[in-house]
Amino acid sequence: MAHIHKEVLRATNITKYFHDPMTVKVLDNINFSLNQSEFVSVIGKSGCGKSTLLYILSTMDTDYEGELFIDNVAMTNKSEKELARVRNEKIGFVFQFHYLLNEFNVLKNVMLPGLKLGKYSESEVEHRAYEKLKVLGISNEALKMPNQLSGGQKQRVAIARALINDPLLIMGDEPTGNLDKKNSEIVFKTFEELAQEFDQTLLIVTHDNEFANKTSRIIEMQDGKIINQ
Amino acid sequence: MNLKLIVQVSISLLLARWKQTLIAAVGVTFSIAMFVTLLGFMNGLNDLLDGLIMNRTAHIRLYHDINVSKNQPIDLMMPHTANFVNSIKPKNQRLELYNSAQIMHAIKQDERVLGVAPKINAQVFYNVGTIDLTGVINGIDPDEENRLFMFSDYVTRGNYLDLKNIPNSIILGKGVADKMAANIGDVVQVTTSKGERLQLKVVGYFQSGLQDLDKVQSYCSISTTQKLLGVSNNYITDVQVKLKDILQAPAMAKEYQRYYETDAIDIQQANSQFETGSSVRSIISYAVGVTLLIVAGFGIYNILNMMIYEKMDSIAIMKAIGFSGKDVNLIFIFIALSIGIFGGILGLLVGFGMSNIIDNIPFNTESLPTIKTYPINYNPAFYIIGGIFSIVTTYFAGYFPSRKASKIDPVIIIRGK
Repeated sequence: MAHIHKEVLRATNITKYFHDPMTVKVLDNINFSLNQSEFVSVIGKSGCGKSTLLYILSTMDTDYEGELFIDNVAMTNKSEKELARVRNEKIGFVFQFHYLLNEFNVLKNVMLPGLKLGKYSESEVEHRAYEKLKVLGISNEALKMPNQLSGGQKQRVAIARALINDPLLIMGDEPTGNLDKKNSEIVFKTFEELAQEFDQTLLIVTHDNEFANKTSRIIEMQDGKIINQ
Repeated sequence: MNLKLIVQVSISLLLARWKQTLIAAVGVTFSIAMFVTLLGFMNGLNDLLDGLIMNRTAHIRLYHDINVSKNQPIDLMMPHTANFVNSIKPKNQRLELYNSAQIMHAIKQDERVLGVAPKINAQVFYNVGTIDLTGVINGIDPDEENRLFMFSDYVTRGNYLDLKNIPNSIILGKGVADKMAANIGDVVQVTTSKGERLQLKVVGYFQSGLQDLDKVQSYCSISTTQKLLGVSNNYITDVQVKLKDILQAPAMAKEYQRYYETDAIDIQQANSQFETGSSVRSIISYAVGVTLLIVAGFGIYNILNMMIYEKMDSIAIMKAIGFSGKDVNLIFIFIALSIGIFGGILGLLVGFGMSNIIDNIPFNTESLPTIKTYPINYNPAFYIIGGIFSIVTTYFAGYFPSRKASKIDPVIIIRGK
């Protein structure tokens, strides 16, 4: 069965400098592309620039040189508002720390990006949020506040939130970095399931080689360059 | 739809940390309440002091001054030389205003004038046994005097209208009455400077608050005073004019002086020391008002600023999941304005309440017979300024920090941790 998978993301000649305290090149001419339903991990030592790259790819950092295409649309020079829209619609992001809003319960946290997108009515968004929580096995916790959950549960809520708008691409910045073995396993299983059963494209930064070895493609970075992909 | 979401998110953020919200709102409330109360109290006191003079004094007084003649015969004969004349005395001239009825009639027609009241000034002796006390009787028109100069406020006992209704009646100054041991209903005897005697029935006491004045001054009706002085019924020594705009008094006094060929003095000139005191007091109260607003403004701004900086994380997360900078800005402006409006309205109510309490604290003083409690000025302008101020400061306190946060890439906040 040969699928023709379309290109989801392409980075050409991405270069970034840090200027504080002195100018350092953290990313040097990064070129790579990502096709639909790929499950890719980015590995490398601390400070090799992998998280920095991920933040650029997720449009949360606009201070770089080079070009970025998401869904074949150039992101460079888009306005802040347009980028927010792209993040909302096409990208689901999972942080190392869960970054849930403590002011809202679990369900509302998952619903927020959906409500912001405004594609579905509030009751539909709520229904979809329940569906996502069910997929991740935490629908029982829907009405709890984030601080009442365990670390693994929080991270799964964060994944559900990333999924709510059926994004083109899910990105994770060491999503298991803060979890114990058991919870890491659960999160990995979740990603794997998403990739295999739902054809979800995933780009996960990790320093856990065990995790990376189980993904379908590994991009290895060193000193701001891709040395292996 | 977007706006509804923003309001929803704002309300959740407000309620999630309701204690912090409450503290911020209480800060606004306290500032605004203090502003309204203090300004109301200060201006109340100012009004009280101003009123002491202002209510009782004519804005322009027309009278006939005893003066040496400005035109000496020698000046008419030799107008081009410098003439020195020593020991000039005023000649015996009448104190009355000429054509007073016509002057009053003409001034009443003037658009700028609120009212006109006639007055007769009569030097008398109050006869107490064998002793004669010097004094002054003011002949007044009780109705007009009350309308323009709040006469009834200072009549502490008896009814001022009895002056008009009972013939040969007198309202004695409190000090005079005490010295004469005259009760209401008693008959007292006065002698004019020309030796005429008249029995007058006491119908009330008058207390101005100025002890020296109350020891000397009494009031009769115009006709009684004319009878006392033995003059005709068109004898008037003073015409008191009250204007709609007190600031026009100096100019109009000059105009009347020229036009009616009489002497005229305006309130600013007659009470220049009072003018100075009054303007110094208003400068102080403006300074206090502005200071209060500045202090309140910084307080409000600080509290809200802190509140928003504490929510920086939330801003980064919201931006990461697709809220734009404008959304974030709107959310925090909504939060700030809710606190400002809620705190501001509460502040105005508390301020009004505190003013009311002060307004009911007893304040009795001999010199101010009409004042029973501390004075408060409930000027709506203070409330409007306070209300607008609370909204404007909270708006900016929400706008600036959140605008800063909304402009930077979310990664800056996330990496900064």
